[in-house]
Amino acid sequence: MATETVLHTALTLVDQLPALQILVSFIAAPLIVVLGSRRLAWPIAFAASALSLVIAAILLSQVLDGSIISYRMGGWAPPLGIEYRVDAANAFVLFLVAAISTVVLPYARTSFSKEISTRHHTAFYAAYLLCFSGLLGVTITGDAFNVFVFLEVSSLSTYVLIAQGAERDKRALTAAYDYLIMGTVGATFFVIGIGFLYMATGTLNLADIADRIAEQGSNRTIRAAFAFIVVGIGLKVAMYPLHRWLPNAYTYAPSAVTAFLAATATKVAVYVMLRFIFSVFQPNFLFEFNTLEFIILPFALIAMFACSFVAIFQSDFKMMLAFSSVAQIGYILLGISFLTETGVTAAVAHLFNHGITKATLFMAVGAYVFTANGSYYDTIQGLGRRMPLTSAAVVVGGLSLIGVPGTAGFISKWVLVQGALEKGWWPVAILIVASSLLAVIYVWRVIEVLYMRPTPENCEVREAPMSMVVPMWIAALACIYFGLNTDLTLSAAQTAAQGLMSGSAGMR
Amino acid sequence: MRHHLILRVITKLLIGSIMLFALYVQFHGDYSPGGGFQAGVIMAVAFIIYGVVFSLDEAQRVLPPWVVHKMAALGVLIYAATGVYSLFVGYGFLDYTALSPDYPEKGQHYGILLVELGVGVTVTGVMVTIYYAFTSRTPIMDDEAW
Repeated sequence: MATETVLHTALTLVDQLPALQILVSFIAAPLIVVLGSRRLAWPIAFAASALSLVIAAILLSQVLDGSIISYRMGGWAPPLGIEYRVDAANAFVLFLVAAISTVVLPYARTSFSKEISTRHHTAFYAAYLLCFSGLLGVTITGDAFNVFVFLEVSSLSTYVLIAQGAERDKRALTAAYDYLIMGTVGATFFVIGIGFLYMATGTLNLADIADRIAEQGSNRTIRAAFAFIVVGIGLKVAMYPLHRWLPNAYTYAPSAVTAFLAATATKVAVYVMLRFIFSVFQPNFLFEFNTLEFIILPFALIAMFACSFVAIFQSDFKMMLAFSSVAQIGYILLGISFLTETGVTAAVAHLFNHGITKATLFMAVGAYVFTANGSYYDTIQGLGRRMPLTSAAVVVGGLSLIGVPGTAGFISKWVLVQGALEKGWWPVAILIVASSLLAVIYVWRVIEVLYMRPTPENCEVREAPMSMVVPMWIAALACIYFGLNTDLTLSAAQTAAQGLMSGSAGMR
Repeated sequence: MRHHLILRVITKLLIGSIMLFALYVQFHGDYSPGGGFQAGVIMAVAFIIYGVVFSLDEAQRVLPPWVVHKMAALGVLIYAATGVYSLFVGYGFLDYTALSPDYPEKGQHYGILLVELGVGVTVTGVMVTIYYAFTSRTPIMDDEAW
């Protein structure tokens, strides 16, 4: 029997933060089910989400200078054990996800009370927390297979959340089913890609994979892995030709779920894509260069135009925003395809700015659904004066969506145009501006419907309750704040881009 | 109303041994093939076979749906609590050494037993939940039609 004493320095609370980041919400979810109390479900969910936000803020402040936090799950050292790794890039995304969730939950409480029958509330909040912790897990982990597992945790709970919209509209069921099929295909492609990577390198730790790929250079297995991973994650990102699941899923899901997912789920998938394209695979590989320039770039441009066009002709506010989301993802992918630091900075900044913008707008849609029982233009026409606060939030969010100076959307588009000019791609820069004009049209349509059209006779719609308006305005004010003060977003995005762009060296 | 006499008798004989085998697979998981997943499925089979032969209502009297739902969540909590304990004692999350700092290899045994117990409870709960969800839809053919 080994009797020698093993020296061990106890870990402090700060050391444990990377684990606690996902644990808090992951434990709260089954706790809600075991307690089974409808009154306790929301407070527990909110407390877990708020605590996650505090942890994410502390982690972000620790890594903003470019340092890296590594945490060993179960005490097994990487590359054998699962490693949680926080750097500027993912701390930024963690912060976004936790912040959006904490803002959306108070809103969700009122919104769900009308949209979902009370007997489903406990299970619903549990699914919500699972989705939340899944998204955090995807972001924080430094292990390729762990990414897949958390991706499934978040996806499976997302299908449940979307299907809950069936109480208001039965089409939520087919929307959830479509997403289930597409999401599963995406996850399968992703895990096949990881299988190829494991075959080529014999390791699952992302940093370790990156090192070994750098050693052995490009070969057919690695190219196949790259293709599978880009397509698999592309489905989750809603990259242009793979986006068909998104509009229906966003439109028929309960309002608060849409606000949460639109601001976080695709953004986390974009982060995974960034991580794989820039850190795991070497950006200087020819095949990667070709993929970005000849596949992702054209599709990003098509998305920006095609989906903006489709958005213009929608008659449902929520559906319009969903198509606009696909178009906006085009901007993010465009930034990635530049393969320059400025481009990636723009992508990361737009990921954050578009997240808060869409959260504002989808929360506003939810307020119309709450008061007027629908989001069709016919239903909400002339409500601008009846619901002044909500409609003003729509205006702020809409301006940010277009990219008007003084709003968050402007900053990221500005950096994006800069990136295009740096590369000497004048036509692309002009296309970015031109597609923003399409955004002007679809946003103007909503504003016209809200303010210019007459309010129908005997309309008894009043302003939404404060519990919905306040979270909406927190997000709306964030749109303005991050449009005026760019210190946090741009410096974090830049540190993140530098870390990502330095390839495998950025993971050490 | 006494159909399938042989099935009923054999089932009653089998259920006990199925459960015993489930526990064997559960607690020998760290020495031999097995563990929480397999044990959970086998344990669920004991309830499912009871439901198949003696009707869903009988099975739900033994194991009501709300208990099953709580089981599914409880298992996750057992798993997580093991990790949180090690976290509170100053080790990494799920670092089993924390369960017996002086004899780390014993800690590994305790740790895996507890964690697999959590897995077993959850898998039993989930399997039975799936069975309940499918069978509690209206039957196409009733029992008398055989």
